[in-house]
Parts: sequence; C-alpha cells; structure tokens
Amino acid sequence: MKILIAVKQVAALDEDFEIREDGRDVEGEFLIRDLNEWDDYSLEEAVKIKEASSEPVEVVVVSVARKEADESLRKCLAKGADRAIRIWDDGLEGSDSIAVARVLAAAARSERPDMLFAGVQSSDHTFASTGIATAAFLGWPHAAVVSSLDYAPGAKSAVFRRELEGGLLHEVEIQCPAVLTIQLGINTPRYASLRSIKQAAAKPIEVRSPADLGLSAGDAGESGSHSRVRRMYIPDKGRAQLIEGDAAAQARRLAEIIREFKGDAA
Amino acid sequence: MSGVLVIAEQRRGELRPVSLELIGAAQGLQGAGGSTVTVAILARSPELFFDSLKLAGVDEIVAVRVAPAEFDPDTFEAAVGALIAERKPEVVLVAHSVDSFGYAAALAAKLGLGLATDVFKAERIDGALVATRGGYGQKVNVEVDFPGRAAVLLAIRANVFNPPEQPGTPRITEFAAPATVSRSSGRDFIELSAGDDVDMTAAEFILTIGRGIGEEANVAQFKELADAVGATLGCSRPIADAGWLPKSRQVGQSGKTASACKLYIAMGVSGAIQHLAGMKHVATIVAVNSDAGASIFGVAKYGVVGDIFEIAEELRRLF
Repeated sequence: MKILIAVKQVAALDEDFEIREDGRDVEGEFLIRDLNEWDDYSLEEAVKIKEASSEPVEVVVVSVARKEADESLRKCLAKGADRAIRIWDDGLEGSDSIAVARVLAAAARSERPDMLFAGVQSSDHTFASTGIATAAFLGWPHAAVVSSLDYAPGAKSAVFRRELEGGLLHEVEIQCPAVLTIQLGINTPRYASLRSIKQAAAKPIEVRSPADLGLSAGDAGESGSHSRVRRMYIPDKGRAQLIEGDAAAQARRLAEIIREFKGDAA
Repeated sequence: MSGVLVIAEQRRGELRPVSLELIGAAQGLQGAGGSTVTVAILARSPELFFDSLKLAGVDEIVAVRVAPAEFDPDTFEAAVGALIAERKPEVVLVAHSVDSFGYAAALAAKLGLGLATDVFKAERIDGALVATRGGYGQKVNVEVDFPGRAAVLLAIRANVFNPPEQPGTPRITEFAAPATVSRSSGRDFIELSAGDDVDMTAAEFILTIGRGIGEEANVAQFKELADAVGATLGCSRPIADAGWLPKSRQVGQSGKTASACKLYIAMGVSGAIQHLAGMKHVATIVAVNSDAGASIFGVAKYGVVGDIFEIAEELRRLF
C-alpha cells in the first residue's frame, strides 16, 4: 500500500523586497522558503493512516522543484515520510499549476499509489488548482478541501467531509484511488524529533527528470502551462492610518475609537 | 470563440450571492463590439433560480438539469465541459469557491483552457485577456495572461465585483447534460456545532485574536480584555484549529462572516485572504500587529504597529 503526497516548498517575502528586473517575479534573495503549511497536514494525515494500518504502508512525498526544496523534503522525511522524490530539470522553469500537475501525474503513474494527497493550496500563490488538475491528468476521482477523512489503505472507497464556506460541512463517499486536497486543521501535525531530523539528513532524495517519467519537453515549463505571469508589482499600500506613539499612547487612541463607537451605538 | 459563460453556483436550494457578482464581472469583460453573457445554472431543478438570474446584461440563462442534488465534481465537469464544447465561449467565469476548487482546474487541464484563480480584476489589454490576482500572501499583485489559449477559465474572488441591480429579460434555454456515472456521492450536510452560544454574525463589536498570541495560555488575557471593552472575542483560523477557541468564533471564509460588525479590532492577525473574506467589509477595522508588512493593514482604517501584549495591557488599564 502506498500514499503519495504532493508537496511544495513555498516562499514568503522578506519585510523589504524588490521586484526582479524583468518585472515578472520577486528577486530570489528576498524569499524565505519553507514547507507549505497545508502540506504539513496532508503528510500528517498519511502518516496517521500508516500508523493505524495493520498492512505495511509506504508514505512517499513528491515535489516539482529545484534543489533548494530538498530542505523541505527532508522535513517531510523527519516527520514520517518513507521516501522523497524531487522532479526537476531547467525546462520546468515557468511551469504554472497545470504544468506542475502534469508532472505530478506522471510521477503518480510511475509510483502507482493507492491514494494521492495534496494541500488545498499553497500559502504563497494560493492557486488551489494543482491537486485537482493532477487528478484530471490521472483520470482519478477527486475532491477538494477535505477536513476529515475515514480511509483504510487499499480500501475501495473513502468517506470524508469537505469544508464549505460559512462553517458548513458536506459528507461525501468517494471511490479510490482518488486525489484529495487536504485542509488545515484536519489533524495536528507532529513536530520532528531531533533524532528523526538526524536520520532524515542521511536519507537520499530521489531526483528524477520529466524525461525519466516519460514526459516530453512541451509537457511542462511555459509551453505546457495554461497561464503566464505577465507582470508582478507592489500594490498601493492600504489606507490604514497609523496610530503612532508608545504603547500607552497607542492604547489611549484605541480607547477613544472604542468609546466613539459605543457612543454611536448607544 | 466568443462571449462570456458564467457558471452560477447554488447550494441547498439557494443561489450563492457570488453568482450575481460573476455576472457583474462578465459585463466588465464585454468587448467594444459587445458580446453575449450566458449564465448556466446546474441543478436538479434549475427553474428555481431563473428569477434571481434575470438581470440586466444577461442575454441567456441556460438550464442544465443534473441528477445530484448538490455539487458533484464528475457531474459538473462533464456538464460544464459539454456546454463549453457546444457554446465555445471565450471566457468562462466561476466563483473562486470550495465547489469550484473541486472541478475548475480539472476542466481547464482536460480542455486546454487558460486558467487563473482567485482573480480580483479582469480586463483586456491590447485585445488580450489579463487577469490580476495576489501573490506571496497577497503582498504583490500578479498580472496573468494566456498566450495561445483560445478560451480561458477564470475563478473570481467573492465580494469584489458588483452584481447588476437592474432586472433584465434574458431568454431561457435548456441544455441536456451528458449522462454521468459519478465516482463520488454526496451524503449529508453538517452544520458545525455551536461550541458555545456566541453568534459572531450578530456581534457589532468584535475583538479578534490570531496566530500572534503565540500560545494557548495567552488567550485568557484577550478574553478578559474583550469582556472589559465590551467586545465579542473572535479568532482567525489557526486559533480555532488549535482548539484554543471554539470553531464558532472563527471569522473568515470557512468560519463566520462578521455581518453586523461595525468595529473590528484584529490583534496578531496577519490577514490571510480567507480571514479578510469574513471581515473586510466592516466600517472601522483596527489592526494591531508587530509586522508592519502584515496584509491586515491593507484593509484596516487604523493601524497600530506594536507588541499586541503590551498594547492589550495598556488598553485594559483604560477600561
């Protein structure tokens, strides 16, 4: 039995940052990288399923990324993934979520998992589309925003709840294998122990190219993408009027605002 | 390829308000020569929604009768896919919503449509469609275009576009959805149990805490502060997920909307887009955060850059 988890190393912006000269992204030196928060939950969900199973279950993480993502893949290994695969060659540069999905689908065909998890979205670009597009390329059943899951490895179906707007849940049964995108809060991700971090550092990360997976040059990168970043820019700053001074002065102004409101409300 | 196809969204017999906003967005995309706006409604009984969709600027309502009572990915993919194949729209608009998360990207992948999600601006620049969305936690705006794509699917952010106000007289047609054997089946809806008896949607003054409070032991200080100033204590997602406050106090897309709120003080809330969806409409928003770059300042009327604990303590002294 095997569960494949698509993960991404996301980038957050440093307090000060600059847009790249071509105007289409932020300069790399201003990016702070980490494992996508959602992926922490989908990995934990797979590890929990593995731990609860009487059958052996292999938990494999896969990422379409440059070498710098190894750091996040090792984090996954430290948190319970058995294997980590990173797929890259420079032809993947400029891939959008659909091009990445095509590569992930090829990886899934090669790994033949019983279930595929992805995060609902990534915290940096919040496309909320990679996992479900992957399902389309695989031809698998799929569901998004899963906030609780009842699945035994190898089972023909799973029951889950998807989290809708406004705090409503919808219970659904789905045929497996399936692609599920996992929502925050579905579990409590564990912390990696010092020992497991050390062990993970010694584990190999399997590196593949799209060609290894049977993809051709046009399948990914800009030519395999369904969108292209034309321009990235810093929007006009918000209209917040800053309350200056020390904490006491700021609190006094805040108290005034509250009293004004209460005066209006009264 | 011409015209805009809007996929209206319904749930449990009610049209979701974003559906009308999609019509507003569609009108903004009409070319100089004008193009048609077609609104498709997928439901077991599409006729229930006709009246709400008869708005100015809608040329046609297409009733797509489907078997499942509620959203189902395989059914929607097949039906919307067949409709696109027949009508060949240039632009397809869906809501950036949980239902669309479940099928829109699959449709774009299968049909070769250009795709952009969480779009808050759509325009034509030199004749080409350009969609604008946020990037890097909404700290930058990203313009996306779709070279070589004859048709484009845009998932539109809610609460951005204005729905048309005037009624219209669109023609109504039926579209036969292809027979689909769905690989998943919806069961029941579950309302989140109240957790406590607070109603965030009715609160006029809310004090919300976010990840910035650091640990559970700090919740008490803010609960006490909220009581002292007469506010209802709310929270952002991480606080509810951690179980530090009941889910019923979560404000945001998957939580509650601060519908009646007039004064909203957010302490240690970074301002993820999902949180903003539940509160950015509030007339007076005060953001208190140690990170001057936090997105919450983008929607706040007043901003306090500082230590939330210190400010909470000072504020408590004044009440």
